Amino acid sequence: MTREEIKSLILEIIEDIDEEADFETLQPDKPLRDQLDLDSMDFLDIVMELRKRHQLQIPEEDYPHLASLNSCVNYLEPLLKNA
Amino acid sequence: MDTLSPRIVITGLGLVAPNADNLTDFRHNLLHGISGIQEIDLRYFGKAPAGICTFPETKHRKKKENNRGTRAGCLGVYCAHEALADAGLTISTYEPSLIGVYIGLTEHGTVETENEIYNISQYNYDVNYWTHHHNPRTVLNNPAGEITMSLGITGPHYTIGAACAAGNASLIQAVQMLRLGEVEMALAGGISESTGSFGIFASFKAQGALAEAEDPRMACRPFDLSRNGIVVSEGACIYVLEHLDKALARNARIYGEMIGYAMNSDARDFVLPYGVRQAECMRLALRRANLQPEDIDLVNTHATGTKQGDIEECKAIREVFSGSPKTYINNTKSIIGHAMGAAGVLELAGNLPSFNDNLVHPTINVTDLDPECRLDNLVLNEPVEADAINVILNNSFGMVGINSTVIVKKYDE
Repeated sequence: MTREEIKSLILEIIEDIDEEADFETLQPDKPLRDQLDLDSMDFLDIVMELRKRHQLQIPEEDYPHLASLNSCVNYLEPLLKNA
Repeated sequence: MDTLSPRIVITGLGLVAPNADNLTDFRHNLLHGISGIQEIDLRYFGKAPAGICTFPETKHRKKKENNRGTRAGCLGVYCAHEALADAGLTISTYEPSLIGVYIGLTEHGTVETENEIYNISQYNYDVNYWTHHHNPRTVLNNPAGEITMSLGITGPHYTIGAACAAGNASLIQAVQMLRLGEVEMALAGGISESTGSFGIFASFKAQGALAEAEDPRMACRPFDLSRNGIVVSEGACIYVLEHLDKALARNARIYGEMIGYAMNSDARDFVLPYGVRQAECMRLALRRANLQPEDIDLVNTHATGTKQGDIEECKAIREVFSGSPKTYINNTKSIIGHAMGAAGVLELAGNLPSFNDNLVHPTINVTDLDPECRLDNLVLNEPVEADAINVILNNSFGMVGINSTVIVKKYDE
């Protein structure tokens, strides 16, 4: 997957969690939690969806990599390069 | 607890039934015998008559929160907000730590567990795909807790597990907690999400107690000779209960006063009801209310449409009310099905307007009255206009032998 495709994937998962999520002013380097109505359970939903859609097993110690949109893409890019 | 003081009154209610999402529509549909029962198609189970509720699910909570929580929580949050507004209260009228939330449930977690097992079946039963939402959704306080989170209530919240007597049991708990001074206001009622569980339908069917009918609206037929079982419904009803003096101080509209209650146990059988103990329960509630049977204007029955259950309750009512020629008797499940943990409170709510209109809503679907269910003043198929309805006795019974009776009186000084 390209970086743009991974970005779209993350936003699509977040939209499935909260259809009212507003991405217009989303700053890719700032924490998602500071900008969207997301909490720790929602991040576990993101982890679960990545597992369901791409069989990714993300270890708990790597969860901080999912903090911002850009950090998500950076972390997932090598994992999804063949997806 | 045999005294009437301090007096506890109902000042608000919110409800969702298979045929209405507010009291005005609910009452209209009950008086006109408009059924809320339809045919549904359940995963694994197939088709069955059931009561499904339609209501504005995102009126008081975002879809995101509804998706995270349970169907019971969604029903409960809607009803709790509606009840507060109906009572003319905001959440800050009372100190939030002095508000109690007591919710009666027949069961909880069945729907969520079935859903999650189905979910992992799509992943070869790999439990790595089991949701992290499972535990917060299935803890027994879930619906009550979802209500406190939605409203910012910091007082106690918990579930009253009392099978299909749970709705009445929650009202009783609220009265007790208010009288003890544990809380100053209570949100109490019952919720059912049972229509989401194939296991509940399959278990009733295996027991020979699940209703069948060509027309689903005719499926629930308490007291009819051809009745063949229960119609499972979802629904919810939550009341605002307050001390009378506080309700009067703020000029609240008073639906009725909780003047008597009782609960007891059959101590006999897992599923078969027992009229002897039901009669004892009604007599105890009457004694606590300082009333005689002839003081009751309306008995709202529990009858679910099972062969033996209806007969047992009729025997109990005949024994207690044989000397009460003016006591009317009706049944609400014939119209909305069996809303399980919400049954008692929904059925009571549908009859509270009798205090104002003096009408008794009918039991529908009775074309051939079972001689063993014959009762004086059983209101069948058409509403009846009474001289006055001042006191209602509401029965709710449940599996493993649990009985409850609540008596509510029209408010007068």
